[in-house]
Amino acid sequence: MSQRHPVLTMTAISKHFPGVRALDGVDFRLFPGEVHALMGENGAGKSTLIKVLTGVYGTDAGTITLDGTQVSFTGPMQAAAAGVSTVYQEVNLCTNLSVAENIFIGREPRRGGAINWRQMRRQAQEALARLDLHIDVSELLGSYSLAVQQMVAIARAVDVQARVLILDEPTSSLDADEVAQLLRIMRQLRDQGIAILFVTHFLDQVYGIADRITVLRNGRLVGEYLTADLPQLALVEKMIGKELDALEQLDSEAGKDPARVAEGSPLVEADGLGRSGAVAPFSLTIHAGEVVGMAGLLGSGRTEVARLFFGADRADKGQLVVDGKPVAIRNPIAAIDRDIAFCSENRRTEGLIGELSVRENIILAMQAARGWLRPVPRRKQDELVQRWIEALSIRPADPERPVRNLSGGNQQKVLLARWLITEPRLLILDEPTRGIDIGAKTEIQRLVAQLSDGGMAVLFISAELEEVLRLSHKVAVMRDRQLVAQLTNDESLDADRVMRAIASGARQEGLEKA
Amino acid sequence: MSTVKARLAPVTGHRLFWPLVMLVVLLVANTVYRPSFLSVELKNGHLYGSLIDIVRLSAPLILVALGMSLVIATGGIDLSVGSVVAVSGAVACLWISEQPDQNSLGGVFTALAIAFGLALVLGVWNGVLVAVIGIQPIIATLILMVAGRGLAQLITSGQIITINSEPYKTIGVGHLLTLPFAIIIALVVAVIVAVLTRRTALGMIIESVGGNAEASRLAGIRSRRITLLVYVVSAACAAIAGFMMTANVSSADGNAAGLWVELDAILAVVIGGTSLAGGRFYLSGTIVGALIIQTLTTSVYAMNIDPQTALLFKAVVVIAVCLIQAPAFRARFRRKRTLAPPPPPAPTAEKQKEQVPA
Repeated sequence: MSQRHPVLTMTAISKHFPGVRALDGVDFRLFPGEVHALMGENGAGKSTLIKVLTGVYGTDAGTITLDGTQVSFTGPMQAAAAGVSTVYQEVNLCTNLSVAENIFIGREPRRGGAINWRQMRRQAQEALARLDLHIDVSELLGSYSLAVQQMVAIARAVDVQARVLILDEPTSSLDADEVAQLLRIMRQLRDQGIAILFVTHFLDQVYGIADRITVLRNGRLVGEYLTADLPQLALVEKMIGKELDALEQLDSEAGKDPARVAEGSPLVEADGLGRSGAVAPFSLTIHAGEVVGMAGLLGSGRTEVARLFFGADRADKGQLVVDGKPVAIRNPIAAIDRDIAFCSENRRTEGLIGELSVRENIILAMQAARGWLRPVPRRKQDELVQRWIEALSIRPADPERPVRNLSGGNQQKVLLARWLITEPRLLILDEPTRGIDIGAKTEIQRLVAQLSDGGMAVLFISAELEEVLRLSHKVAVMRDRQLVAQLTNDESLDADRVMRAIASGARQEGLEKA
Repeated sequence: MSTVKARLAPVTGHRLFWPLVMLVVLLVANTVYRPSFLSVELKNGHLYGSLIDIVRLSAPLILVALGMSLVIATGGIDLSVGSVVAVSGAVACLWISEQPDQNSLGGVFTALAIAFGLALVLGVWNGVLVAVIGIQPIIATLILMVAGRGLAQLITSGQIITINSEPYKTIGVGHLLTLPFAIIIALVVAVIVAVLTRRTALGMIIESVGGNAEASRLAGIRSRRITLLVYVVSAACAAIAGFMMTANVSSADGNAAGLWVELDAILAVVIGGTSLAGGRFYLSGTIVGALIIQTLTTSVYAMNIDPQTALLFKAVVVIAVCLIQAPAFRARFRRKRTLAPPPPPAPTAEKQKEQVPA
């Protein structure tokens, strides 16, 4: 296998953005007839590498060689013309055009200046037939399922004589059958000699199809491995990037007593709760004063679980039980009525109203619960806002400043303050410490510990295992949109076991629990 | 020089500064053209004069624009206000014209109540299309913009209904406490809208929905109800404007009443500093915006500008107002002028920075 020459080689690629070293001397190569998985957590540099390859970004250093000649694409169109095609995570085709139009948009077969529709339909039919897809190409693309749309995107990509096909998280919105269909097509293309670069968060898919794996972390190359030589646990370690030994020394001194909080009846209980296409049915109980940590790789379904608890998405399976009574939480208002609060990981798009002031953002949830006819008196607003600005040391301490002018950490605190003044019994925190400086991070961790001591239940979602282990009484592990393990955070629990659960899923963990 | 600039910064940096400058410029231009422009006199206990006329004539536009401000603040738009003006005016006039005694107060109040009620129904219609069914506001209200004209024509049977009712006429041309009644109505409605939005939490919640709908939903705001409400308020304001316009001429013309008022209203809102993208809204700015537009219209007539070029003239002034207000445009202009000297003093630069983020 190593005798063959790579069709594409990227050598010592570096790319800087102001304040960030997105890629630092990364090597990457693709062999014809191979599926090569590019793995890494958030911010590892996967998308930057793809964008550098397809010419969306220029490089600061390094060379790209295609078929032995050095290339430097000025954009995806040029890359595609040279045989490097990309299919993005969100299908970026036009759902309001027909399948055939989508495949040929920008390069329609013409006859005497006019588009030759008949030829276009015939060629589209042929292109899809090569992928074993037999559909009516004159139908609107939007009338087909996402999987079919994804395959149309692939058909378009490979139809331009592609030798390299880049699939950037093509399966993230597909269900199991659709994924199987897509993987089958990938194998078929691979057997035709196309080199496939595959980005996904699903470990099963990587081990199901990839021949080779390259792992990136923080913009650096961790290594290139043959899939057969890299066990799943080793892959997870390399992605998360802590040596197991180092993690084992982690302090778990927080004085947690898992037995204490697990007593009594649970505050919130998910019983087979699930939503098709988002997260498989799961059962999870949260007691008052308990911090339930949620671990798992990016895209493993952590956020989806949080959104079901809060009613941000509607569950289509199972039941949520609050205070021992089954409840239907169809929307956030229903959750808020039961004292559940949710700080989204996307502060800007799902959390704060950038234009409104710090004060308005803080009282928003409380005001929404009271209804607009009963405004929170201005004096009480000022008092509450002042108290929380001080308690969380929000800087600058100016309640009338538009919240968009604050730094990420301070914005996070504003969002926290918004929910804390509503005195929730269950606080759901989705990546509350992501993208904020270390000082703010410790403050938020300390706050979570204090709140749980005070009897508040917290669902704490974080990509950082240390944080989860430090704060949680119980760790729920997600993998591939399933809750695969629930581990009591006693002396015996360490990062090693959590990673093992992430890597290997339910079977092994089930044995351990038994 | 720079200290003067720094001291003036709170004034020149105020939202209303440039719209007010524009209004003053228009008034000065009129005065130069016709020195008696500014004079106001008391006749028979009523105030008369060009200034009073401008405010009186701008009353309906102010009403429509106030409602429009709230709709725009939620990120929507209401194109149907002109049609609501026509329908409410037509219904009120039709009812009165069928009374044996057109001057009976009871008859006039019944007419107003029926027409107002119908306008509320039209507002609910718009609100349901936008908030419940989820049609884009511009399309949803376009439906009523077109259909409403038809409805008004249907009500008036395609005729202009002329009435002879003193109480109804008062709404448009009457006086109270020396002031034209229309001005007082507009003032009262403005106060009601201001109290409704700023003394309750409605204003903030509208701004929240317009600023970030998804984040508002996740904060527990019932954004559908809010959205529905603003379309109802908009229709209610338009209905009162409709009474005023028809009372002014004692007749209802389903075809012409309130024609293009939606465009003037949207302009007034934008001149007042409210972004069409939704979010923060400024009622005082909207009122100044409406006054600017009416002053412009009056000036065009007063200066005998050829009616064929009047619209063009209006357009040019409006473009100028919008450009002067835009911080980005002023910054570019200032940079060009001060190309040679070093960068501007710190305070102004900082001010600029605070305004710019998108």
